[in-house]
Amino acid sequence: MEDKRQWPLYEVFVRARGGLDHKHVGSLHASDARMAIDHARDLYTRRQEGVSIWVVPSKAIVASDPAETDSLFEPARDKIYRHPTFYDIPDEVKTL
Amino acid sequence: MSAAVPQADSEALFRYVLRLGDLCLVLGQRLGEWVGHAPALEEDLGLANIALDLIGQARMFLSYAGEIEGRGRDEDKLAYLREQGAYFNAILAEQPNGDFGQTIVRQVLIDAFQLELYERLAASRDERLAAIAAKSVKEVRYHLRYSSDWLVRLGDGTAESHARVQSALELLWPYTVELFAADELDSRMADSGIGPRLSEVQSAWSTRIEAILTEATLKRPADRPHAWHGKRGQHSEHLGYILAEMQYLQRTYPDARW
Repeated sequence: MEDKRQWPLYEVFVRARGGLDHKHVGSLHASDARMAIDHARDLYTRRQEGVSIWVVPSKAIVASDPAETDSLFEPARDKIYRHPTFYDIPDEVKTL
Repeated sequence: MSAAVPQADSEALFRYVLRLGDLCLVLGQRLGEWVGHAPALEEDLGLANIALDLIGQARMFLSYAGEIEGRGRDEDKLAYLREQGAYFNAILAEQPNGDFGQTIVRQVLIDAFQLELYERLAASRDERLAAIAAKSVKEVRYHLRYSSDWLVRLGDGTAESHARVQSALELLWPYTVELFAADELDSRMADSGIGPRLSEVQSAWSTRIEAILTEATLKRPADRPHAWHGKRGQHSEHLGYILAEMQYLQRTYPDARW
């Protein structure tokens, strides 16, 4: 059951400038998506932090289970060969 | 200072610019009263942002007014050291916040006015006013989005919220007449291409408000004659209290710095 006394929670993502991706910046309460955009604008972009906002109902986010951290993430720790660190990079290549 | 303005008209222009600035300053001060008291943290910041936009606009207008006057009064002197009879805002701006719905109704009525006013003022022959209006109109467009969205939510919300905003509308509607009542100063400014014709602003405002009220399922109150002349310095009992709070520090500790 949804609690009608409290506005639903939204997660806020802000694109700092064109070409960059939206980054998660925080969350807020709002009665609907449009209000969430307004609140996000007022809370998270008042110091010129962004040029675009996404809001997503927090309940729409599916998170990994902290109890499964070992089985999900531990196995990657000793697979050093997956990192692209075994190539000789020419000096001329600056931005790799 | 804009060279296009002949000396003889500088007193008139000074008063006109104060009208524009005082509306922003008084409304901004009123909205500031919500800080720490809004129904939700998010609204606290939303209202404060609008208040700060308005005070920013007031600073630009009052600085310009001080330059026109040419007697060494800057924005601070004009804001903090004028008596209420020398304030020229329409008195709608000084009406009490009431509940959140009443604040929203007052905000919608003034936001829509400022939007139509600034869109036209941006084409003023006075370059300084045109520049201030062009900068401010973007802020005001957002203010109206915020306030009208809220009015629709409340008007088309529960029976309780509908009844509250409808009665706030009845309460505040009569004060809107003063916004558009063109006196000699308004007409002179329009004649010289400095300010817009208030009749044009009114008809655009009326169309805009009509659409918002319809969406909010609210009934537009009938127009009634008014007897308020805040634009001439004759105010309701509320302005004195606002100024007392706003000016207290400056009057108690003149030129205080921190």
